[in-house]
Amino acid sequence: MNAKLIRYVLCIGLAVGMLVSGAFAGEVEVLHWWTSGGEAKSVAVLKDLLEKEGHAWKDMAVAGGAGANAMTVLKSRAVSGNPPTAAQVKGPQIQQWGDEGVLTNLDDVAMAANWDKLLPKVVADVMKYKGHYVAVPVNVHKINWMWVNPEVFKKSGAKIPTTWVEFEAAAKKIKAAGYIPVGWGGQNWQEATVWESIVLGVGGADFYKKALIEADPNSLGSATMVKCFDTLRMVLKYIDKDAPGRDWNLATSMVIQGKAGMQFMGDWAKGEFKAAEKKFGTDYIAMPVPETSNGYLFNVDSFIMFNVKDEGAKKAQKAMARLIMEPKFQEVFNINKGSIPCRLGMSRNPFDFPAIYSFDTFEATAASGALLPSMAHEMAVFPAIRGAMFDVVTSFCNSSMTSQKAAKNLAAEVKNAI
Amino acid sequence: MTSLTHTPTARKKSLFDHLETFLPKLVLAPTFIAGIIFVYGFILWTALLSFTKSRLLPKYEFVGLYQYVKLFTNDRWWVASKNLLIFGFLFVAICIVLGLLLAILLDQRIRIEGAIRTIYLYPMALSFIVTGTAWKWILNPSLGLERLVRQLGFENFSFDWLVNADMSIYTVVIAGVWQSSGFVMALFLAGLRGIDDAIIKAAQVDGASLPRIYWRIIIPSMRPVFFSAVIILSHIAIKSFDLVMVLTRGGPGYSSDLPATFMYAFAFTRSRLAFGAASAMVMFGAVMAIIIPYLYSELRVKRNE
Repeated sequence: MNAKLIRYVLCIGLAVGMLVSGAFAGEVEVLHWWTSGGEAKSVAVLKDLLEKEGHAWKDMAVAGGAGANAMTVLKSRAVSGNPPTAAQVKGPQIQQWGDEGVLTNLDDVAMAANWDKLLPKVVADVMKYKGHYVAVPVNVHKINWMWVNPEVFKKSGAKIPTTWVEFEAAAKKIKAAGYIPVGWGGQNWQEATVWESIVLGVGGADFYKKALIEADPNSLGSATMVKCFDTLRMVLKYIDKDAPGRDWNLATSMVIQGKAGMQFMGDWAKGEFKAAEKKFGTDYIAMPVPETSNGYLFNVDSFIMFNVKDEGAKKAQKAMARLIMEPKFQEVFNINKGSIPCRLGMSRNPFDFPAIYSFDTFEATAASGALLPSMAHEMAVFPAIRGAMFDVVTSFCNSSMTSQKAAKNLAAEVKNAI
Repeated sequence: MTSLTHTPTARKKSLFDHLETFLPKLVLAPTFIAGIIFVYGFILWTALLSFTKSRLLPKYEFVGLYQYVKLFTNDRWWVASKNLLIFGFLFVAICIVLGLLLAILLDQRIRIEGAIRTIYLYPMALSFIVTGTAWKWILNPSLGLERLVRQLGFENFSFDWLVNADMSIYTVVIAGVWQSSGFVMALFLAGLRGIDDAIIKAAQVDGASLPRIYWRIIIPSMRPVFFSAVIILSHIAIKSFDLVMVLTRGGPGYSSDLPATFMYAFAFTRSRLAFGAASAMVMFGAVMAIIIPYLYSELRVKRNE
């Protein structure tokens, strides 16, 4: 009888407790496209942290199309006046959503935690609309990596290159030894990923800024750009003919299996090597793309926060923004995802070597001004301009177009897309 | 008195009559309204958007024919349009020829016709996604056909259309024909079975050869079947999206792009909504330009008969 009474009281207590916490806490509805293994695990971290603070998490994962499907859902929800609390949106698209006037101001959270000090200025600028924080950065991926199978280099008697001249010498030897020098995925974003690294290396940081961030037609059609396309054409001599349409992870597995000598790809390629139980240093090596050791092309994922009416949701939204920038989340999330924290000055101990190298260059280039947003990964220009650049680069890669014509087309198409 | 008793029955009858005439309209009304809004209304909305400067979301800031001018100076649009012409023509023509041929051969009262018919019709049960994926593997030089033939000893055999920018659109034709010709065969088979045996017998009595009977009597009398086949196939061709997306992803480069994939890329992934709308309207216009005269001529013939 007594036990029954206690249980009864407990139940009521619990119910009241839930009601009370319901009054203070809110729900965040988060639209994202992190659905694969490591990514889903990373999102679950944030969900746990929010739930510990008493907020509810409503997951709205839209898989597929590298976010294109999620964006379509987001647009239709925004048009119908019912946006989610937060959505995974990055780069200049944050500005486009800002123009629509649907984003909420996060300055109070940012001030309290001093985000201006914690983030490199280039990264903070991406998160701001007209000087106010409207988005929270989650991670940093480095784009200009070269993944190397040292075994293939040893067998071919080639030296791992740090310049494009050395690259050609090495690639010739690898080809002569019967291997494919470069594991290449012939999809437009992969072609553009290599191309932008070449632009950074051959043209330098200032030229990259002019051409791929400001989309200045004079730079796009310049002699330097012709030189960049020449270099790309040279690299294309060392790919196999079955490359068109190949997924990036298949190109990575060519390097893992020792069929190809190297691949140019962002740091997410590391996950493939790890999944294949390869050891860093002996089975695979990561180096900067030739001539880009002083530069850093970044891809920062972020969440934008929409204007919501519900008070509880507002609180939960602010809590989410605060938690994302806290060291605990930044560390666990990025170890899972294979990227590095965007927050400066964090402990490197829990991270592995390529990530630590990424840390060092991230901080060094943040100071030197060579920390630059990646064009291929939607960080540098509006989607329309990015699309125009993709079209020119991919048709250059898949035809015998001359470098002069490519540079001319590039300037014309970009002008047309603005 | 008689008139008084008469009126209620008349009213009752008219009420029932009303219901009888009204009920079909009532039942059809939701579909009709949905059609008006979601098909024709949205066509109008797309037309409206194509005259604006909308990028990420619709914005009603009108700029006249600006987007159309940009569209017609866009290199990729011309590649996509040319591809649709090649694909549409070859797909419809090969499907009809192959389908008719299969139907005629199957109509020769052969054994196990049912089983063979099912085999040919089966691809239709698959979605274009499955077809595209399977053909992507078959046509991939390092996985499929080319490798197989080389392993059989023909070292110089080469079939690299899938990764060749000049030939990639033809791989889409191959996969499309494989999927749809069985369906066209079924259409023609039904048509062949519907022809009166007496006509054929009469022709045989007159001494006409079998090819001549087919060429002069049977094929011309299947005109309505040709009509349905062309309409169905050309709309499959024009809305082809999934097949290209899976088989070639528009590549290599954008060499196998079609207007539908072009529209999707620009409107939804590149935030050029108005530009995409303009391309959709040009597609719409092109379809109308082909379909309306054809419908008109076919339907007029029917009325005259």
